[in-house]
Amino acid sequence: MKTLYSPLDEKSVRSLKLGDIVSITGPVYTGRDEVHIRALEYLDEGKEVPQCLKEAVLYHCGPIMVEDKEGKWSVVAAGPTTSARMNTLEPRFIREFKIRAIIGKGGMSREVAEAMKEVGCVYLAATGGAAVSYAEGLSRVTGRDWADLGMPEALWHFETRSLGPLVVAIDSEGNSLYDKVREKVAENLSKQ
Amino acid sequence: MSPSDSMVVKLPEPTEKIIENLLRVANTKIPEDIGWALEAAAGWETNPTAQAQLGAILENVRKAEHMYKPMCQDTGIPIFYVRGKFDSSIAKDITQAVENCTKSVPMRPNTVDPIIRVNSGNNLGLGMPCIHYIPTDDDFTEISVMLKGAGSENMTKLKMLNPSDGMEGVKKFIIDSVIDAGGRPCPPGIVGVGIGGTADECVAMAKRALMEPLDMEDPDPEIQALEEELFVKINSSGLGPMGLGGDTTVLGVKVRKAYCHIASLPVAVNIGCWATRRAVARITDSDIVYSQGVRL
Repeated sequence: MKTLYSPLDEKSVRSLKLGDIVSITGPVYTGRDEVHIRALEYLDEGKEVPQCLKEAVLYHCGPIMVEDKEGKWSVVAAGPTTSARMNTLEPRFIREFKIRAIIGKGGMSREVAEAMKEVGCVYLAATGGAAVSYAEGLSRVTGRDWADLGMPEALWHFETRSLGPLVVAIDSEGNSLYDKVREKVAENLSKQ
Repeated sequence: MSPSDSMVVKLPEPTEKIIENLLRVANTKIPEDIGWALEAAAGWETNPTAQAQLGAILENVRKAEHMYKPMCQDTGIPIFYVRGKFDSSIAKDITQAVENCTKSVPMRPNTVDPIIRVNSGNNLGLGMPCIHYIPTDDDFTEISVMLKGAGSENMTKLKMLNPSDGMEGVKKFIIDSVIDAGGRPCPPGIVGVGIGGTADECVAMAKRALMEPLDMEDPDPEIQALEEELFVKINSSGLGPMGLGGDTTVLGVKVRKAYCHIASLPVAVNIGCWATRRAVARITDSDIVYSQGVRL
């Protein structure tokens, strides 16, 4: 398994090939429905958006977190959420923040793949439901924005160590493993 | 635990504590029938991406059980089925247990107001927890829970077919629903199907079917044959674990039927992810039998 060190630069992102299995070490930020909605709303209104999103590795994830008596947060379980829910918001999100990698599950639309191609971004498929294993890769909580969105929807900052396995499922040329599988499925079903 | 491999506990134990046990077990331990099916799938898969997905799933299942942690961060909406003899106080016990387990398991606070999207923080709120009641003349109280995450629940479909569409139409709708869902419901899981009934009963049947262990056979040979046919067809599609390609798209298909109106042919699909988490407690005057699946 190849290790990627975040923050990622465009060149290393563009060198990744469809089907590569990788892990990530370095900063990763969570964002799902509400983070996308608010970040784009704030841009429209000219309000400040957390700087950490710039060229970030974004994790579609709503973790289970616990806070100890000293107010220190730690992660209990943190697998990927269904990325397709963010399909309509993601193309602009990728372009505005120059997102370098998105970790999620289930794949994303053609429009998202086009934005990835333009900016230099990849989609890394995590194994859905493998929440304890991925939580182990999120070694430290380094911050949190927009806590008012609630535990699953907040923008959590993590330092990661060997977060994986992750499959390169949409590359920076816009090729999608999901599209290839879908074509094969149609062919298989038509034979029946 | 399959029904044959169940755990017996002597009474007394307060009902609220029994329900907390169910929520803890369901969250941390994969039902044995699903564990076996996942192991078997890992054995026959040849596609390297599929092998990586199944390997990651099995490793996670082992860690969750050993570390006593929820196997998936989407601890879902707990769906309760209460069957046998019971009174209205059971709802209070279930509500309290859900609130307690949100803190202690811990379960993720998952319920929001659908209009203003504000999280209640305790997995409660109007209409929650979700409880189905099945009163019978039996001499036991049986409480079952299934944790239903949104990845799979969001793929739910109901179609009111025309009777002239026949079983070919029914099969096509089921297969199309699973294929269209792709990797979103975290395959390989279980396909729950309802055929017939009214619109509401049809969807309820499809979900209830997911409570049944995979190794339990339907008493109706026609349903058995239909389940087998759908299982083979869906798996031959090549959609695979997480929709990334492979030979395992579903671990099982469970079909329920009910009589319907002469002018109707309702069909519903409710998918369970690979982590179809269930737990059951059957309480009698002398003991409690715990298991992780039941035919409802």
